[in-house]
Amino acid sequence: MPATRPLPELVCPAGSLPALKAAVDNGADTVYLGLKNDTNARNFAGLNFDDRTAREGIRYAHQHERKVLLAINTYAQGGDISRWHRAIDEGAELGVDAIILADIGLMEYARRRYPALRLHMSVQSSATNYEAINLAQELFDIRRAVLPRVLTLDQVKQVIDHTRVEIEVFGFGSLCVMVEGRCLLSSYATGESPNSHGVCSPAKFVRWEHGSQALGARLNGILIDEYQQGEAAGYPTLCKGRFEVEGDTYYALEEPTSLNVMAMLPQIIDIGVAAIKVEGRQRSPAYVAQVTRTLREALDAAGREPQRFSVKPGWTQALSKLAEGQQQTLGAYNRPWK
Amino acid sequence: MRIPELTLPAAMASLLGRLPATPPCWALVTTLNQLKKRDILPADMSLLAGHSFEVHVQDAGLRLGFCADEQHFKVASVGTAPDLRLSANLADFARMMLREEDPDTLFFNRKLIIEGDTELGLIVKNLLDSVDWSSTPLQRFMAV
Repeated sequence: MPATRPLPELVCPAGSLPALKAAVDNGADTVYLGLKNDTNARNFAGLNFDDRTAREGIRYAHQHERKVLLAINTYAQGGDISRWHRAIDEGAELGVDAIILADIGLMEYARRRYPALRLHMSVQSSATNYEAINLAQELFDIRRAVLPRVLTLDQVKQVIDHTRVEIEVFGFGSLCVMVEGRCLLSSYATGESPNSHGVCSPAKFVRWEHGSQALGARLNGILIDEYQQGEAAGYPTLCKGRFEVEGDTYYALEEPTSLNVMAMLPQIIDIGVAAIKVEGRQRSPAYVAQVTRTLREALDAAGREPQRFSVKPGWTQALSKLAEGQQQTLGAYNRPWK
Repeated sequence: MRIPELTLPAAMASLLGRLPATPPCWALVTTLNQLKKRDILPADMSLLAGHSFEVHVQDAGLRLGFCADEQHFKVASVGTAPDLRLSANLADFARMMLREEDPDTLFFNRKLIIEGDTELGLIVKNLLDSVDWSSTPLQRFMAV
């Protein structure tokens, strides 16, 4: 019987101050947030934190002995990288517990300017193997890496066994096409991508067309999908669209679905995952509260009695209501083939 | 307090639909201006100014039209296509406002309809999400 592992940190999203408070109040160990500009990958109109709300949020979290991470997870764009440097300066000045970075140029800046600042490697860095993670540790002393959602649980274990860097994995939330940090799909339609502008389907390019039969979703004029009466809608991103391919119309890239690792929590704890992340800074405080509460309960139960752990129907119900596409999957974690 | 699964009877819509929309609309606009004045609604008016909005409470047959300038929200006539229209049944609007339900969830489930300028819709949604009710007496009604 192996020694009991510590429970992974539950890392929850905050797109606004009430969402941050909802995460803290419902049992998040850590919250992550972004600033109101394109230095983060949820650069949506009206979302995120300014100086006042960031200060208040950090005060609230620290008062409750929780941690705050600042996501600066887009790639600094040539011409003017000062915004990204300023965001790092601001994070250091605000006193966040760590900064989540994707761009190695920014890792270098942060390490040089703020030697004591804790750095996490974003999922957008797309580091899927321990060699890449260990190199980032050697060069920039990163303390944690967030793994892209492409590895099986065995592969995650393989990474953990070969690095001293803490490993964070995704636990719940909308799944994207899962080539994080390497996805250029949306720039094909709009010229803007998550890496460059912090958003997959910029709202200014999105049009919802309310026809008599169906709801149409267009991204910069391209028809992404048509939802029939009563059919669940999804986010209007290219990867989740239904397209006509050789006379057949179907989800040519992926189906809208949500990741949910609840069923695997005992194994995730057992292999030594340091943190479990919930997706969804774009979602409201209601979502953050419901997901955080449910995962907190499940994680605590899995920690108490890993052998007897089973997913309660109430948990599944609570989460499936919130899921995009209203279906949930274990994603790549549970892939029988190699 | 959980809001029950409830749709107003059709007769209600046809009755309410015939009453003048100005009093409820005036009440909505006054509330918005008060919340803004007291710094509870952290509205960046530069993003809203010059735009027209309509809240369509489907089962109540109620259409509330308003617009914004650099300082205030104002009652506006409905009829012409607004820049942004949000439509839902009363119970779903209430769930959204009391943070029992996430607007994206309602949207995925086709219970919330967003028409017009998508970016403006996102600004409004995120504005409502960013209201910190904990500093107000209304907090006790909030689910979160």
